[in-house]
Amino acid sequence: MKTIKRSIGTVALVATMILTVSCKDANKNEEPSSASNEVTQVKMDSSKDMAMNNSQDAMAETILKDYFNLKDALVGDDNDKAKMLGATLAKSLGNLDKSKYSESQQKELTDIIEDATEHAEHISESDIKHQREHFKILSKDITDMVAITGTATKLYEQFCPMYDGGTAWLSTKEEVRNPYYGSQMLKCGKVQREIN
Amino acid sequence: MKILKIIAWIALIAFAIIQLFPTDKNESYATPETDFMLVNKVSSKIESQLKVSCYDCHSNNTAYPWYSKIQPAAWFLDDHIKEGKAELNFNEWNNYSNRRKKSKLRSIIKQIESGEMPMDSYTLIHKDAIFSKEEKETVLNYIKTLKDDLE
Repeated sequence: MKTIKRSIGTVALVATMILTVSCKDANKNEEPSSASNEVTQVKMDSSKDMAMNNSQDAMAETILKDYFNLKDALVGDDNDKAKMLGATLAKSLGNLDKSKYSESQQKELTDIIEDATEHAEHISESDIKHQREHFKILSKDITDMVAITGTATKLYEQFCPMYDGGTAWLSTKEEVRNPYYGSQMLKCGKVQREIN
Repeated sequence: MKILKIIAWIALIAFAIIQLFPTDKNESYATPETDFMLVNKVSSKIESQLKVSCYDCHSNNTAYPWYSKIQPAAWFLDDHIKEGKAELNFNEWNNYSNRRKKSKLRSIIKQIESGEMPMDSYTLIHKDAIFSKEEKETVLNYIKTLKDDLE
């Protein structure tokens, strides 16, 4: 009887441990799976075209595309979509090829990418309020990145004086759609600078 | 009744077995040159406040409570410390680039302001880690000056 009890106990314990471990893994892998891959796929294609046309940095263009998709999700108050797109952006950031830039630019890009990746990762796992806090610094990082990599697209740097003591972001369109307030104050802000 | 007895036995045995899996301790007594306090020459008052409230999870040296010797509490603590250090490690401060320092300082301010840090599950046991109103203000003002200096 004792041996039976003991073996039942061991089996139960092992089962629990396996379950705990595998649940943890499943949670971690869930986010950046199939759905986000699709999005990346589409974007990869379009940025490839762009690169062929005018020899821009294709990966930087992908990063920008991911950033704009994320921005649109925040404009639309879509927490889940922003999570997914944050993960996509974090992945693209890691793929930037720095080798063709000068040494000092490489160093700065490394700093930018490191910081931006951290913010993108946080966005992939936060509520919308935190997502917007991180998006503020992410926007600064991406703006600094574009200053180095350049882009084929015309960009508008927009500015909302109300959010967190004044906050900027990038957009491909001139009309203002505010990612920090979404539907609450969709049109708050103005264009403060044009890039390209 | 028999079922209950069996369940109790299973629980007890499971509890006994998990004690055989100790966790690695987050302990290192030397303070590296890159430490936040050394780099910024922090005043002793603010230093002790930050050390009591933050350093258990945000540095390489944790002052462990008695229950850290018992599983599954040790696993739970270990998880928290790993996560905390990945986010911010005060011992590694000077290894962060200026850009990241700014980001970290900003997050520190936001988290302390909103009361998210120190975490409730931590202050539940570490009552001394809770910032009084004045302490909170002093610490926040200090962190804000650091951030402004980097701008």
